[in-house]
Amino acid sequence: MIVYLLCFILFLVGLFGVLTKRNVIKIVIGLSVMEFSLFLFFALIGYIDKGIAPIIVQNIPNAKFVDPLPQAMVLTAIVIGLATNAMLLAIAIRLYKKYNTFDIRKINSLKG
Amino acid sequence: MEQLIPLYVILPLGAAFLIPVIGRFIKGFQKTITSLVFLFLLALSIKFILNGINEPLTYKIGGWEPVGNIPIAIYFVLDGLSIFMLCIVNLIAFLSGFYAISYIKKYTAENNFYALFSLMVAGMNGVILTGDLFNLFVFLEIAVIASYALVAFGIEKEELEASFKYQVLGGMASLLILFSIGLLYWNTKTLNIADIATLIKAGTYNKILIFSQLVLIAGFGLKAAIIPFHAWLPDAHSSAPSPISSMLSGVLIKAIGIYAIIRLFFNMFAISHEIALTLTTLGVLSMVIGSLLAIGQWDIKRLLAYSSISQVGYIIMGVGIGLLILTTNGNKAIAALSIFGGLFHLVNHAVFKGLLFLSAGAVEHRTGIRDLKKLGGLSSKMPVTSSSSLIASLAISGIPPFNGFFSKLVIIIAAIQAQYYWLAAIAIVISIITLAYFLKLQKYAFYGKANNKINNLKEVPFTMCFSMIVLAILCIGLSLLIIPGIREAVMEPAVNTLINKANYLLIL
Repeated sequence: MIVYLLCFILFLVGLFGVLTKRNVIKIVIGLSVMEFSLFLFFALIGYIDKGIAPIIVQNIPNAKFVDPLPQAMVLTAIVIGLATNAMLLAIAIRLYKKYNTFDIRKINSLKG
Repeated sequence: MEQLIPLYVILPLGAAFLIPVIGRFIKGFQKTITSLVFLFLLALSIKFILNGINEPLTYKIGGWEPVGNIPIAIYFVLDGLSIFMLCIVNLIAFLSGFYAISYIKKYTAENNFYALFSLMVAGMNGVILTGDLFNLFVFLEIAVIASYALVAFGIEKEELEASFKYQVLGGMASLLILFSIGLLYWNTKTLNIADIATLIKAGTYNKILIFSQLVLIAGFGLKAAIIPFHAWLPDAHSSAPSPISSMLSGVLIKAIGIYAIIRLFFNMFAISHEIALTLTTLGVLSMVIGSLLAIGQWDIKRLLAYSSISQVGYIIMGVGIGLLILTTNGNKAIAALSIFGGLFHLVNHAVFKGLLFLSAGAVEHRTGIRDLKKLGGLSSKMPVTSSSSLIASLAISGIPPFNGFFSKLVIIIAAIQAQYYWLAAIAIVISIITLAYFLKLQKYAFYGKANNKINNLKEVPFTMCFSMIVLAILCIGLSLLIIPGIREAVMEPAVNTLINKANYLLIL
């Protein structure tokens, strides 16, 4: 259980970063931390104590396999995470070119 | 017919990848192919509706048959609700894409625009069709990543800022949804929505499931911009190019927000009364606060964006009352009426909000101004834009005989029959406030004193007029959905999918 708790704490660390940091890049890092805590969570829910790699070969009677599906999901989620991070950073670079700052308080042309 | 289901994803996805490759060599390829693809998909959806869908059609990706009642493949499920949503999405996509042919000339990268547009529609169609939780997340991300890029398409200060806000909040929403999917998988060891529904019915009802429901409401609520999760919507929807605003407000928040909520909460979870109450409360809150915020706006598109929040509140309220009645084992006929009202308002809102954003885009296209204080007297110079915008404004504020009147009426009648008198009263008051801010829009933009600084004003080109006229006709034509014969053919299958949970389990 302690691993799940640590994983949740990592999620909260990321959330803290997103909510309190003012630098655009640090917000992106906070989002990535949240994302990776979730990947860790997915890897954990597939883990079975003393399980082995889920490859079916002969001569292993009653073998205990770890769940391969969350691993497949994590791989997909990592690829999606790559796309979102690339998109965020591309926008952050464009923002810097327009506003000459990474400070989120000074990027405020939209109001109301 | 089942074999045709994956076309909804394949065709737009194929178009999205072909456009950057072939569009470079053949002039006009991107416009032709997107229009053709969406027109074909629209025709296909209408054909499915005319054939009548009594029980869900399924398509198993890769042809993997279930082994011992355990589904292995990813399922695409086409039932009454999803065909109804597909019809709306592809209709608005076709008209917005056709409108964009003239509108998008002022930007440089037409190929990229159409590629992202097709990608977004592919994602939405996928979310609507899929019967698998993780696949829903993947398609949702396809749709929203394309929309992040489209919001920033103008790459000016405001667009970039809006896109960044949208991405941070949208990214958090996606993470919450993924977290909830993880929790559900942990609990049930399956990802198929129908399979999870059977397992939950069998009695694995526990605290983790309730927690995952709350996380899902937060995640999809952020995507659907329900208050208090609405902060990104006015910026993103007003900064995007107008055809995209009409897509985002008209269908995106419905396809990936409301549709996902109602599909999962009606067909998958065993809902407790508290959750239904939470959803309805959120709906009423966004209905009230969205409209109050809209009154004070002077930017046309920002006003329309706030009004979207308010109208989405109506939809959630209609569906939420249905959910409340179902959880208290009340009269199923009233629940069906209430859900019918919600879904009817969903299609109506897609049509008139799409039209309002397109006409706001037409005004911006000709004058370059979005501030209501600087506009005025456009009705004589731009008759098509002005009259279609007037029709949409009357429809959204619930004036008979336009479609908005009937859907609001059905929701209010259902609320009274279910003895939620307060909700009915609030809905009526908000409808009057809606009328107030749309009269403000009409007066300052199209009537009143003309601004002399705007010269050479003329009507917008044919493709833009065409989309607006079609949508204006639909604003009147959709009122026909209330007539008993048509209502049974189109709306009943969608409502029945939600009322009878067992119907959805037939796909296993």
